[in-house]
Parts: sequence; structure tokens; C-alpha cells
Amino acid sequence: MTFEPSAELLAYVDKVVPRYPQKRSAIMMLLHFIQREVGYLSLPAQEWVAGLLEITPMQVREVVTFYPFYREHPIGKRHIRVCRTLSCALNGAYKTRDELCKAFETGPDEISPDGRVTVEFAECLASCGTAPVVMVDDDLYENVAGDKLSELVAKIKGETPAEPVEGKTGDAQ
Amino acid sequence: MSLLHMDFPKQAAHPKEMRMILANSENPDFDRSIGCYESTGGYSYLKKAFGMKPEEICAEVMDSGIRGRGGAGFPAGMKWKFLDRRSGKPIYLICNADESEPGTFKDRQIIHKDPHQLIEGMMITAYATGTAKAFIYIREEMPYGALILEEAIEEARAKGYVGDKILGSDYSCELVVHRGAAAYICGEETGLIESLEGKRAYPRIKPPYFPAALGLYMCPTIVNNVETLCHVRHVIERGGKEYAKLGVPGNTGTRIWSLSGHVNKPGYYELETGKVTYGELIYDIGGGLRTGRSLQGVIPGGSSSKIWRAGERFSGKLRSGDPFDWAIEDIPLDFDSPMAAGSMSGSGAVIILDDTADIVEVLANINAFYAHESCGQCTPCREGSLWMKKITGRMANGGAREEDADLLASIGSQIAGRTICAHGEACAWPTQSFIAKFGDKFREKAKDKDGKPKSEYRLV
Repeated sequence: MTFEPSAELLAYVDKVVPRYPQKRSAIMMLLHFIQREVGYLSLPAQEWVAGLLEITPMQVREVVTFYPFYREHPIGKRHIRVCRTLSCALNGAYKTRDELCKAFETGPDEISPDGRVTVEFAECLASCGTAPVVMVDDDLYENVAGDKLSELVAKIKGETPAEPVEGKTGDAQ
Repeated sequence: MSLLHMDFPKQAAHPKEMRMILANSENPDFDRSIGCYESTGGYSYLKKAFGMKPEEICAEVMDSGIRGRGGAGFPAGMKWKFLDRRSGKPIYLICNADESEPGTFKDRQIIHKDPHQLIEGMMITAYATGTAKAFIYIREEMPYGALILEEAIEEARAKGYVGDKILGSDYSCELVVHRGAAAYICGEETGLIESLEGKRAYPRIKPPYFPAALGLYMCPTIVNNVETLCHVRHVIERGGKEYAKLGVPGNTGTRIWSLSGHVNKPGYYELETGKVTYGELIYDIGGGLRTGRSLQGVIPGGSSSKIWRAGERFSGKLRSGDPFDWAIEDIPLDFDSPMAAGSMSGSGAVIILDDTADIVEVLANINAFYAHESCGQCTPCREGSLWMKKITGRMANGGAREEDADLLASIGSQIAGRTICAHGEACAWPTQSFIAKFGDKFREKAKDKDGKPKSEYRLV
């Protein structure tokens, strides 16, 4: 399997790489772009980045596996990250995570049977004053408990058609 | 990504607040466009700065006494002074927008609501330090923040405030937004630099790798927090000596405090440094605790700072020689007072614990964070943070033993001071201080064998 960069990715490379005094510095920006396009960072994609930045595939993988927001496996269509850290936990983050899992009939860190979501914990999302907080893809939701939680679940279900995953992967991380 | 749905509500000012950094951003009539910013005097301070010599700006910043708002409280002017200007290498400026100390949520507000204030502060700093290229390292938990900054930079570039020949002068400086990927350790300046170089964020050892001499690409580099860089613009507005009249000696200006946890009105509050106490923040500004609840502890400066137990008293002599005798509620919100009381103000993140929190579960929650975020370079931190997480996790789940308190204290004492970066201290201080202050609760936990969570909500 090889990685075929999209025209958008190539345009992004042309825009972003020259910003840096050394091209290796562009790696995180490129990985974010590819992950947003494809959903995750496959080994062929990592090799492509390595070739582009003139570093080894292992140097790319070191980065991918160090930073929590990069992943090497697919996830559900929507990525739900519940902040687990102290101020959110004091205000019910574990309950929020468990209720989200229940609403999508899934366990944490796996693709839900309807293919809609992957529910995970994240460490401090820096919005401790509105705890508990949840990121859905790039959007931040504040005070996610009670009615707000039910509304969020309904919103996600409404926006995201179910597409059951055969044999449920359970392999998000 | 669309830019539509990322506006956070504006927070009305409490009468005890003194808003300088938040003056525009929390004004309901203010929007983040460059036109609106300019209409409040924005970018006139950049113009003023360009009428000064770089060394004059540095002198104003020294006079202002601004201390870094990111955690260490190091004087910003001094940091700039350390720059190695004789090497002939390009100088880099990095804004640390990795805001990741649990409890801290101020920079997000500035970036989302008033990005030009940061850009103006950065370009003044860039000019004053002779920066060749400037970066904003922003955490990926704020993806819209990165887009907002990029948009604002383009607006500023079109007006000649960023980029080639700024304001028609001979000075040029690009400003680049760089996105992190959720690693806490990138808040550590040398880890951040490694990350910006495209590597794992393994902090570098100092000496020799002081960023001011051997920073980004082994060139002299300044790393300043978002709030610190915003203050630079206000120093130019007021003049260093005038600015220093705000606050108290050695702790000048205003500071944004992030208040969270068990308190009625959590939020970010900008206060004149040293003029308001922890008691006023918690009870007046923060609306106090819920009815029927009592204070159990205060984490005064981010989750790595040492906890205070309700009812404690702190006494001794300040640096000025004046004696002090404080309860938690009397401690002034500044840099030096929390330190005199055995902890620190850190990133200004105050986390309140009421009596519903099981103190062992709280520490287990904190330890899980620091174990997750250890970069893994140094054995004491990598292994020790994990042991502390496992032990407190076991204690919270019904497996506590009498000797655990001593065991935890012993592990903590073998980490702090034995690592490349301050993550060693950050992961050890919570454990050390929780055991020192709440040792009785850790010993009592040995009797708690049912393994059921005791806090209002599960914490671990």
C-alpha cells in the first residue's frame, strides 16, 4: 500500500514548509493535516512525510507515537475526547465519559458499534472553569453534564449517520 | 474547519478586578478584528516602540519588573538580557501558548478574543530583541485558536505590522503559528524547542542548553508566555516605571488567575498583583463554596504546586524583612507570597477542594496526569511518576496499606532534583505535599477496604 497525497496536501506543503528555517520543523503541521484528511497516520503516510522532509521513517514515527493527539489507527467518524484531569473530574468527568459510552453503546477507546464515535479521555483541555469539558473533533463543549450531555449526544447522532463497523474493531488506540 | 462556532462567552468584571489584558477581550462590544483593535489604540504602541531604540524598550521592560506568567515567575527583562548577541546567529522568539498546567485557562481567552494584543506584544518584543523569526507554539487542544491567530497575522501583515519592513522600517520579522499535539511537556521551554524542531519534546539539560544561548536550532532564543508578551504592549503604553506602580514591589502589574474546582463561580479573573488575597478570590470573587460545604484544601498555582490544607497557618519573614502570619485566606495573590507559604503561584491556576473530595483520590487523579505526561527520558521521573500513580490508584481502589504514606513520600523524594527538567518536581511536589499535609488521611485510607469511590464523583 502506498500513500497518495491529495492536491490539497501538496498545496499545504508548499505553504507551510517554507515558513520554517529547517524543513523538519514542519512535521507536526503536516501530520495534523494528513490526520484531518485521512483520519489517522498510516505507516505509508509516515514514510511519505519522511521522504518529503528528508528524515527517516523512524524519526517520523517517533513523533507520531510521542504526542497523544496523533494516532496510527482509524477511529469512529466523530472523535469525542472527555477531559479527565482534576477540575473536570471534580465536576463529574468520569460520569460524563461513562454516559457518553453508554449512549453510543460502546466501551472507551474503541469504535462504537454504529461506527459513529470513539470516546476517549484526554488530559487537561485548558477549560477548567467550565468543567466538565468535552472536545468533539475540533469543537469544545463546556459543562457537559445532565441536559447538556443529552443534547450533545442527540446532536452527534443527528449529524452523523450510523454505519455499523463489521466485527467492531475495538482497536482505536 | 469553520470559524463560526468557537466564540466563548464574555465574563463580566468583578468590582475587585483590574482589567488590563482582559480589558478589550471581555468587553461585549469588542470583536477580534484588526479594525476594532486599532480603534482602541491597538498597534499605536508598536508604532511608539518603533520610534524607540531596541535597548530603550528592553530598559522599559526591565523597569516594569514584569515576571513571567507561565509558571516560573522569572523577570522577562532579565530573560531578554541573557540573549547571546555576540554569536552572530539569528535570534528567535517563541510564544509559549501550550497552556497545559491543569487548572490554567487564561491564554485561551486572550487568543480567541483578542489575538492582536498578543501579536502587538510579540512584534514589540521581536523588535526589541532583534528577533529574526517569531513563532507561536499553540496546543492542539485549541485548534480554532491557531486558525484565529493565523487569520489575525494575515490582517496584521496587510497593515505592515508583521512581515517585511515593518511600519516602513528596515526591520522585518515573520510570525509563524505552530501547532503542538497535546504533550504537557511542550510547556517546558526546552521541550517546546525540541518539538518545534520536529522531534519528540525531550527537554534539554541546562547548562549548557539555556535557550538564550543555545535554543531553537542551537541559536539564541526567547520563550515567553502569552500573558507575559501581552504585558509588554502595556509596558510600552504606560512606560516601565509607571507600569511598575501597579501591584506591589517585586510583583508588578496585573495577573490573570484561573479559578476552578469546588467553587461557585469558577472563571478567570485579572487582579492587581499582590492587592487581593486568596480568601477574596475564593469567597468574594469566586462566590465561595456550595452551601453546607467546607474548605478542605487549596492548590494555589496549578496541579503541580504544593497543596495547602484548610486551617493551616503560615508564618515567617518576607524578603523585605517584614514578618507575616497568614491563614490561606490572608495570602496575597502574587508571586512571592505563595512561595513564602511553601508553595508557588505557578501559572496562576487556583483549584479549590471542598470536603466532598477524598484526598487520596484527588492525588491519584493528579498522579495519573503526571505519569501520562512524563516524557520518559529520566528514570526517576518516568518510573517514579508511574509508581506514584499505581500506588495512589491502588489506595483509591480499596488496597491501601498503612505504609503507603511513607512509601509515597520516599518515592517523591527520589525524583525531585534528579531529572533533566522540572517535570521531576512537578510530579513529586503533589505527592510530597499531600503526604506532608494530609498524612492522617493517607493512613486512615488503609481502613477503607470496600474500594468504592468516596468523592462526590469518581476521580480515578
